[in-house]
Amino acid sequence: MATTDVYPGAATSEGAQELAARDGSTAAELLRESGSVLRLSEAAVAALSEQAVPEDETMIINMGPQHPSTHGVLRLMLELEGETVLRTKPIVGYLHTGMEKTGEDLTYLQGPTNVTRMDYAAPLFNELVFSLATEALLGVEVPPRATWIRMLMCELNRISSHFLFLATNGMDLGAISMILYGWRERDLVLQFFEKTSGLRMNHNYIRPGGVAADLPDGWRDDLAGILDALPARLGEYDSLMTAQPIWQGRTQGVGVITPEEALALGTTGPILRSTGTPWDLRKDMPYLAYDQVEFDVVVGSYGDVFDRYAIRLNEIRESMRIVAQILDAMPGGDYRVQDKKVTPPPRARIDESMEALIHHFKIFTEGFRVPEGEVYVAVESPRGELGCYLVSDGSAKPYRLHIRGPSFVNLQTLPHMLRGGLIADAVAIISSVDPIMGEVDR
Amino acid sequence: MTGDPLFADGFDWVVLAILVAKAVIGFTIVVVGVIFMIWFERKVVADMQNRIGPNRAGRWGLGQTLADGIKLIFKEDLKPDRADKPVFRLAPYLSVVPAFLTFTIVPIGGVFTGGNDGGVELFGRRTWMQVADPPVGVLFLLAMSSIAVYGIMLAGWSSGSKYPLLGSVRATAQMVSYEAALGLSVVAVVLLSGSLSTHDIVAAQAGSIFDWNVIATAAVPFVVFCVAATAELNRPPFDLVEAEQELVGGFHTEYSSIRFGMFYLAEFMNTITMSAIIVTLFLGGPAGPVLFGPPLIWGTLWFTLKLLVFLFIFVWLRATLPRYRYDQLMDLGWKRLIPLSLGWLLVIGAISIGRDAGWNRPLTLVGAFSLGVISWAALIGAMRVAKLRRGGDEFGELSTATERVG
Repeated sequence: MATTDVYPGAATSEGAQELAARDGSTAAELLRESGSVLRLSEAAVAALSEQAVPEDETMIINMGPQHPSTHGVLRLMLELEGETVLRTKPIVGYLHTGMEKTGEDLTYLQGPTNVTRMDYAAPLFNELVFSLATEALLGVEVPPRATWIRMLMCELNRISSHFLFLATNGMDLGAISMILYGWRERDLVLQFFEKTSGLRMNHNYIRPGGVAADLPDGWRDDLAGILDALPARLGEYDSLMTAQPIWQGRTQGVGVITPEEALALGTTGPILRSTGTPWDLRKDMPYLAYDQVEFDVVVGSYGDVFDRYAIRLNEIRESMRIVAQILDAMPGGDYRVQDKKVTPPPRARIDESMEALIHHFKIFTEGFRVPEGEVYVAVESPRGELGCYLVSDGSAKPYRLHIRGPSFVNLQTLPHMLRGGLIADAVAIISSVDPIMGEVDR
Repeated sequence: MTGDPLFADGFDWVVLAILVAKAVIGFTIVVVGVIFMIWFERKVVADMQNRIGPNRAGRWGLGQTLADGIKLIFKEDLKPDRADKPVFRLAPYLSVVPAFLTFTIVPIGGVFTGGNDGGVELFGRRTWMQVADPPVGVLFLLAMSSIAVYGIMLAGWSSGSKYPLLGSVRATAQMVSYEAALGLSVVAVVLLSGSLSTHDIVAAQAGSIFDWNVIATAAVPFVVFCVAATAELNRPPFDLVEAEQELVGGFHTEYSSIRFGMFYLAEFMNTITMSAIIVTLFLGGPAGPVLFGPPLIWGTLWFTLKLLVFLFIFVWLRATLPRYRYDQLMDLGWKRLIPLSLGWLLVIGAISIGRDAGWNRPLTLVGAFSLGVISWAALIGAMRVAKLRRGGDEFGELSTATERVG
């Protein structure tokens, strides 16, 4: 085995993925890297470029795609001076499965099965945004009960997704028990999902025209059980993490981002709200029935890792508030629209009605046709604005499906937030962005 | 009362046999202790995390460590291409050997009360219940923990890989820094006991519970020692050296097979040894009431119980606390622990001298303490001023990542 002095990573089949040579870190490189996005003045960029250090004192380290805390297969090239991060280049694409392209070959009824695999920590939001877009093109109104069931399931999904964040965030900062506590609480919600949709993730529950099934018997008791159990557990988190001095030391003042920067970088969700910008689509552009429930938008004031953690922790509490209101306000009626062209007929009808059998056959082989047009619908997923851009050419399959994944957009804050911090901070910051790579690569 | 009475009558084959027997017994105790400790840690952490933990291999999963050990031995031993091979092979031994050697100076039993000097009869010879009792005992402890740094540092450096390198740099800085705090808090104990020998330190604490150094030194050196020891052991919350989430595996990322096993062994050996040292230095070692039966057994029993308490605390910390960041670790070590133990050492020194020289006791206490408080305030003030001059914000100097944009 010959010892190679030069690591051959620079010449992969995917082109050069190494960081550019050090001379690129002069003012021009900095301007390209962050200045143009952050709208810095030339003077500010020039001042920044003076921080450059000689090339032989830095080390370029490859973090990921197989690294314990890059949340899947995110890859970062870090340039370090000692342990201080100077430059970062995030590299995505390791989980690319072509789901958007696949979506063009699936009918609108098969669509949710496909998109639900994008943000696998919050699958119901993907289904919701796809269904809302399809319904907007179709021009159908879903019955109120379907809307409220969707809202209920999405808020529960927000809770489970944020518990996933709390688990991994604790883990990334070294509080290893948190991964199991977070998982334990998340499981309470997942059990309800399993009972409702039959699946613990990738539910395919919210579909164009309504939801797949009505809520199961005893759903009120199940939800009451969850709402009873969670507040005490959240209190435990507060004493284990929020009030823990080491935790505060690790997160406060780390990965700071200002409101202007966050807006310039297009971030949404907890990252934007951590800067004090109260932007939440549920409040600002209400969809479903969010204008009929009461909840607060949680915002931070420093824009640091701690704020993003605290926002998510408290959003769980807000979501529980919404769930409690839905429990009281859940209307009766149908759980899907009674439009024979869109909704498959009930199983019992197929045996007795020729019409029903034909509709059933047509819907599951050919699908329903959607009028020509294009639409963009956005919902507030746990990670930010989740948008679906759908173009129909009048056939039964979308002409173009594009998902605006909040994780993908939020990832571009990394080079900015990581600069000047330590590796330990880098881990905390990546964790606080909470990227789900399935949604990034789609 | 200096040195092991074993050597009082010269050196012959009986002495040699006793020495070998003691070394073998000591080694066995440590290795069995490690096997138990790994199981104990996994089981207790599992309990704290609502898991079951190992329960397949043997009753209550007691055979899990053994099974893991066998697995590690039979795994392929990989050496990275770019590794510095001789150093890469040497490093695990540099970790394990000091870990074991430190245990040799720990008295694991013996009767020290009622005129007894803690000796036991063995083949007609008197000896202490510890493998060795060098007159420089405590210095030996510090020396060994310094050598252990080499194992970790060389492991990371010789791997020819970047993450281990970062881990070893962290290890070197961390262990060297906390060595100072560790040493200073031990000096307080030595000052009271008047000897560096661990046997004499235990003998000096044999009377009542008020003779235990944790009370005699008013707990401060004990706390400092415990914190510094945790850092010295690279255990959570000071496990930056391994920091799985940051450095993958830290210094042992590139190690596999039994070489990795040796680091693992050394880590747990160190945990046991350091807990034993804490018990010896501060909690009277085998000291404790004899309830019934032969006193010799009770000494070892009390020692084991105290040891278990510390082992449990180490596991408890691991399940509870997040990890410190590198700079915060250095802050804690240099700006808090070292000044604190240094100041406390001076106070204890003043009181000791005052007792010997017959100074007014309350006046000495008040004087020493007020001096200590004034120095502490001066130190804090100096740090504040230094920080202001550097222009650090409220979060400290390391959060300047974004302030330039504002």
